Amino acid sequence: MEYLGSLILIALGAALINNFVLYYFVGICPFLGVSRRVDMAFGMGCAVTFVISIAAFLSWVFTTFILRPGAPLSNWIWSLVNPGSDTVVDLSILNYLVYIFVIASSVQFVEMYVRKFHPPLYKSFGIFLPLITTNCAILFACLEIMKHVSGVPPAQMWDLGRALTLAIFGGIGFTLAIVLMAGMREELDLCDVPKALRGAGITLIVAGILAMAFMGFTGMDQSLSGLLTG
Amino acid sequence: MTEAATAAGPVDSGPTAGERFINGILPENPIYRQLLGMCPTLAVTGGMQPAMTMTGGVLFVLVCANVIVSLIRGLLKPHLRILVFTLTIATFVTIVDRFLAAYMYQMSKQLGPYVPLIIVNCLIISRCEVCASKQSVRVALADAVGQSIGFGLALASIASVREILGSGTWFGMRVLPAAWPEWVIMVLPPGAFITLGLLMGLVNWYVDRRQPSRR
Repeated sequence: MEYLGSLILIALGAALINNFVLYYFVGICPFLGVSRRVDMAFGMGCAVTFVISIAAFLSWVFTTFILRPGAPLSNWIWSLVNPGSDTVVDLSILNYLVYIFVIASSVQFVEMYVRKFHPPLYKSFGIFLPLITTNCAILFACLEIMKHVSGVPPAQMWDLGRALTLAIFGGIGFTLAIVLMAGMREELDLCDVPKALRGAGITLIVAGILAMAFMGFTGMDQSLSGLLTG
Repeated sequence: MTEAATAAGPVDSGPTAGERFINGILPENPIYRQLLGMCPTLAVTGGMQPAMTMTGGVLFVLVCANVIVSLIRGLLKPHLRILVFTLTIATFVTIVDRFLAAYMYQMSKQLGPYVPLIIVNCLIISRCEVCASKQSVRVALADAVGQSIGFGLALASIASVREILGSGTWFGMRVLPAAWPEWVIMVLPPGAFITLGLLMGLVNWYVDRRQPSRR
């Protein structure tokens, strides 16, 4: 029950309270670029949620077993090379390189897989896939997971379930924000906006008002954690 | 993004080093004109100090990445290009991140994930793609410095508005009287979006007024 409660808190935190786009400002480029129509925004959101889950899974595995200080696999290899040594192997300086490699290659594989086995799906969101490599939201999810895995006491370390919850609900929060934005921009097309503000300017101002609405969720996690732990 | 940027920057003849340097500052300002690198722009502009630290980081990474990419431009394979760019950038970002953690620990804590997020900053990847992978080292260097200065000026303008209105200070020095009611929303996320939106409108209006034929 306590574990389930922590999952619910992580999920709500990632999707609503600290929404990736509207609180942490990650994934702004697609948020401004692909939010003209609701169906395209939804496709982009789904693609991001999909890739973010794969990247989070892989980066959790790499961080836990190879990269973090004292990771089992790298320590085992070190002890094979230098028997009897009790050095703690710390590869965390390679974190960013490994994450970006993981993201780029998983995007590449997902693209190849979807193109080969699901051609209609590829037609609908295939064009967004290459763009996702440079989407900050994915790297951001990996970094959040790293913060809770690398260099923390074993008792507080996140397991795979928590890492995946953060990633999936982060992706859902991104989808929610981008679809809401697209809905508003479809209406904005009919409005008389001052010439200088047309395009990105008015979109950013509307996003600011949307972020203000999302601020209303602040504090929900505290009251909820009180409720869950009794 | 990429198509538009490629169309704007000619491949071979193109602007000279000096023109590219000037272009980066206002006519092709990365934030206001090209809409690149929005993530740190919004996230670290709550105050001048984090904004300027971020500018320093971006300057270092962009200059180093542009020079390295320009040096190896003959070896790049088309399908592995983006991966090579990101790995080059990631190496330099790791250097910046370790440097900040060692010498400016408080600032490193405050910037948090936004330092590693420089890796996926579209500004740097787009400059590598549009300029450095096709031009000589000298041109790439001028381009990187110009774009970084443009980025820094944009960040400074947003951070000034937000810090002065939000906490009545500038670079941590008090500029408005203590009686100023702190406009907290300006320091919070919504203030970032609204400030950037309004400033972007202002820049567009100014550029349109000076060059009426541009649109």
